[in-house]
Amino acid sequence: MIVARHPVPAALFMIISLVSVAALFVLLEAFFLAILQVLVYAGAVMVLFLFIIMLLDVGPDGGKVSRIKFLSGLAGSLAFGILIILLLQFSGIESSESGSWLAIDNVERVNGDSLLFSSSLKNFGFGLFTKYMLPLQVAGFLLLAAMVGVIVLSKKSLSEEEI
Amino acid sequence: METVTPQHFLVLSFLLFSVGFLGVVIRRNLLLVLMSLELMLNGVNVALVSFSRTSLNLDGSLFVFFIMTVAATEVAVGLALLVALYKKRQSVFSEDISLLKN
Repeated sequence: MIVARHPVPAALFMIISLVSVAALFVLLEAFFLAILQVLVYAGAVMVLFLFIIMLLDVGPDGGKVSRIKFLSGLAGSLAFGILIILLLQFSGIESSESGSWLAIDNVERVNGDSLLFSSSLKNFGFGLFTKYMLPLQVAGFLLLAAMVGVIVLSKKSLSEEEI
Repeated sequence: METVTPQHFLVLSFLLFSVGFLGVVIRRNLLLVLMSLELMLNGVNVALVSFSRTSLNLDGSLFVFFIMTVAATEVAVGLALLVALYKKRQSVFSEDISLLKN
C-alpha cells in the first residue's frame, strides 16, 4: 500500500488490508469488532478517503525516484525482512497444540473485578455500559465535537472562497 | 501441524505498525500519510485484541472500540483540514506546505 505512487490504488490496497484485519478479529473470536472494523473502516473511513481523493483530484507523488533512493529502499527492506525472520526464528514461537488459546466462556460475565472475554455482544455491551460508562460518553461527545468541527472547517473555507 | 499462536499475531501487528510508520515517513502526499496513520492504529488494535483473547479479559476489546471511535473522528477532522488546506494552497504534498518560510 505504501509503495503505490497513485492514491487510488493505495486506498484500494488499504481496504484489502483492513478487511484482512477484520478476518483476524474473527479468528480471535471478537466478532463484534470484526463487524465494526468492516463497517467503520472499510465502509465509512475508506469511502471518505476515496471521496476526498477524487474530489481533490490528486495525482501520483511527484519527483523521479533516483537510483540511490531505490537501492537504499531495497537494502532497508531486505534488512528489515532478515530482522523479522530472525525474530520469528528465535522468539520461541513453537507449534504448541493450541495450548495458548484458552476456551472462552460466554455465560459468566465477570470474574471478581475484571470483565471476562467473550464473543457475545451482550457481554460487550455489559462492559461498555458498566465499567466504561464515562469513556463511552466521552467518545460520544468526541464524535459530536468532530462533527461540529468538520462543519465549521468546511464552512469557513467556503466563505473564504466567496470573498 | 503448526497452529497459530498469540506470538504470530503480535509479529503481524508489529509488521502492520512498522509498515504504517514507514508510510508516514516516506510518503509526501498527506492523504497517504493519513492512511498510513490508520494502518498504525490497526496494528495496535490487532495486538490489543490478541492480548485480550489470550488473557480472557474484555478490557482490551473495549479499548479497541474506543480506538476505532477516535480513529474515525481523526480521519474526518484530518480530511476536512486537508480540504481547507487544498483550497488555500492547491496542493496536498507536504513539501508545499511551509507556512513559516515565506
